[in-house]
Amino acid sequence: MTAEDGDEMTGAGTAGAGGTGTGTAGTGGTGTGSGLDAHLVVERGAFRLDVELAVAPGEVVALLGPNGAGKTTALRALAGLTPLTGGRLRLDGAALERTPPELRPVGVVFQDYLLFPHLTALDNVAFGPRCHGASKARARAQAAEWLDRLGLAGHAGAKPRRLSGGQAQRVAVARALATRPRLLLLDEPLAALDARTRLEVRAQLRRHLAEFEAVAVIVTHDPLDAMVLADRLVVVENGRIVQEGGPADIARRPRTDYIAQLVGLNLYRGEADGHTVRLGSGQTVTTTEELTGPVFVAFPPGAVTLYRDRPAGASARNLWRCEVTGLESHGDRVRAALGGELPLAADLSAVAAAELDLRPGAEVWATVKAAQTHAYPD
Amino acid sequence: MTAGDKAVLPRRRRRRAGAQVRGVPLPLLVPALIGLAFLIVPLLALLVRTPWSSLPELLTGAEVWQALRLSLLCATAATAVSLVIGVPLAWLLARVEFPGRGLVRALVTLPLVLPPVVGGVALLMALGRNGIVGKWLDDWFGLTLPFTTAGVVIAEAFVALPFLVISVEGTLRAADPRYEEAAATLGASRFTAFRRVTLPLIAPGIAAGAVLAWARALGEFGATITFAGNFPGRTQTMPLAVYLALQSDPEAATALSLVLLAVSVAVLAGLRDRWMTAG
Repeated sequence: MTAEDGDEMTGAGTAGAGGTGTGTAGTGGTGTGSGLDAHLVVERGAFRLDVELAVAPGEVVALLGPNGAGKTTALRALAGLTPLTGGRLRLDGAALERTPPELRPVGVVFQDYLLFPHLTALDNVAFGPRCHGASKARARAQAAEWLDRLGLAGHAGAKPRRLSGGQAQRVAVARALATRPRLLLLDEPLAALDARTRLEVRAQLRRHLAEFEAVAVIVTHDPLDAMVLADRLVVVENGRIVQEGGPADIARRPRTDYIAQLVGLNLYRGEADGHTVRLGSGQTVTTTEELTGPVFVAFPPGAVTLYRDRPAGASARNLWRCEVTGLESHGDRVRAALGGELPLAADLSAVAAAELDLRPGAEVWATVKAAQTHAYPD
Repeated sequence: MTAGDKAVLPRRRRRRAGAQVRGVPLPLLVPALIGLAFLIVPLLALLVRTPWSSLPELLTGAEVWQALRLSLLCATAATAVSLVIGVPLAWLLARVEFPGRGLVRALVTLPLVLPPVVGGVALLMALGRNGIVGKWLDDWFGLTLPFTTAGVVIAEAFVALPFLVISVEGTLRAADPRYEEAAATLGASRFTAFRRVTLPLIAPGIAAGAVLAWARALGEFGATITFAGNFPGRTQTMPLAVYLALQSDPEAATALSLVLLAVSVAVLAGLRDRWMTAG
């Protein structure tokens, strides 16, 4: 994959304004016409989606974001189900802005699969090839091949209502792939599955996506799904890209509260001066990194130690007086939400929580060792 | 929980179930029962007063079978016409946004509330020999619709079509339009999506609407007699025959009514078994 910057496309100046990228162009764009090169602008009332996406063939990109962020709108715009109000959409060099969905080389796996309930699994998968002009027999032969490839040969004759969630999901994937799309879109592909099936199907889906040679875009609000399935994450909030990068990078250096929460980090924005970061609230955090200027500071909830009384030794300089605002138990761990001098989340064992007699409203002292914080430039 | 506790629970539940029936307030119960009687007593009266002994002889007359045959034929043809033009109309109303859609829907429903006689007069004005369309049909093709069997079908379709359209449109609105989107992403044109996905999905609604339209067409009187007249063998359907018989031979009218009642009950039974339980 080449990583040329800029948008020196051959057929420049197609429909829509937008112009060249606003600086968010991804690392995957090739600029020479293969893969996806899109600037999706959809305005609907007060909501505005404005997202740049460049994805190379073979790359899997996840659009990650909270509900209402515009992820699904972006996906529908790529599929042609929601018209663009601006921007551009090019796939393998062809402009698709005005192409109706049935003529786009795009396959979609819908969140609840939308398998046609009156058709068997085989005929669901054969539907696409049929629409693309294959004879009935040929379409069925192709469909059988796809079902076989996804391990569903034994369920070809089953109607969707007789399939389990995991099987239905695979039929939906087979149906989308059977038209040999150049862009595969998956809308919350694992959301409809229970926890156990999810694990298994996620692993299978990852395998199939790895084999897929064209562009794949996944929409999800689940960070784990995104990190397992995608090569690159694009985080969307309020219709805009707030961060993008590899899963490890996003997990380690979140840039918004939403991502920090997703990856389970306490995140603050502040001004660094040497080892000290002064936060907006006036509190300071001592870090091991030496930086100057605007930075983010992050530390995991597990790095926080709580005391009922002010610790005498106070070896940790990062000491704040807080108040418990909420408690949630996760197995044998307790996640405490704290307010006060510094709002933060702290993890402790259930035993420790009992010993500290934690309850909403209780006053606690929270410390974090400098070595367990991580500061990085804004 | 002790055994005693367990025994108490069902008893209490039973008492509550009893209270549900006993607790119906009189101001609701009395009108409800009157309403029930109002609907059932006339049908019972029909059965009571049916001249059972002379029934075979009354129903074997050639005119009866002629009228019944014509009724079934015309109602079926009117239903077929309604299906061919009504399902696409319902789809248009449910799936395509166009200016004045509300007005169009109101116009479609108008024949539902219009007195059928008025419908018949309106049809005469449109398709009669001097009607705004009928004149051209007559001049160009020598086609005359009023007072023909085809006229019966048209009068019945005019009255029955709205039932079908409303029923199918309701089913379409309830059906998930995203199936059509899924079909589109698989390469289906809108028409292919309609034919291969939507139509099978809404088939039960279409069937229910067709039965409703058929029953309405079968009982059609006002528009038929106004537009198509009352010629035995050509335009005299069962309802017309019943009305005519009532004036000369009330026993025959009762017998004919019984036949129509039997057909209606059969339709209702068919509906219940096939579609109503499915919903």
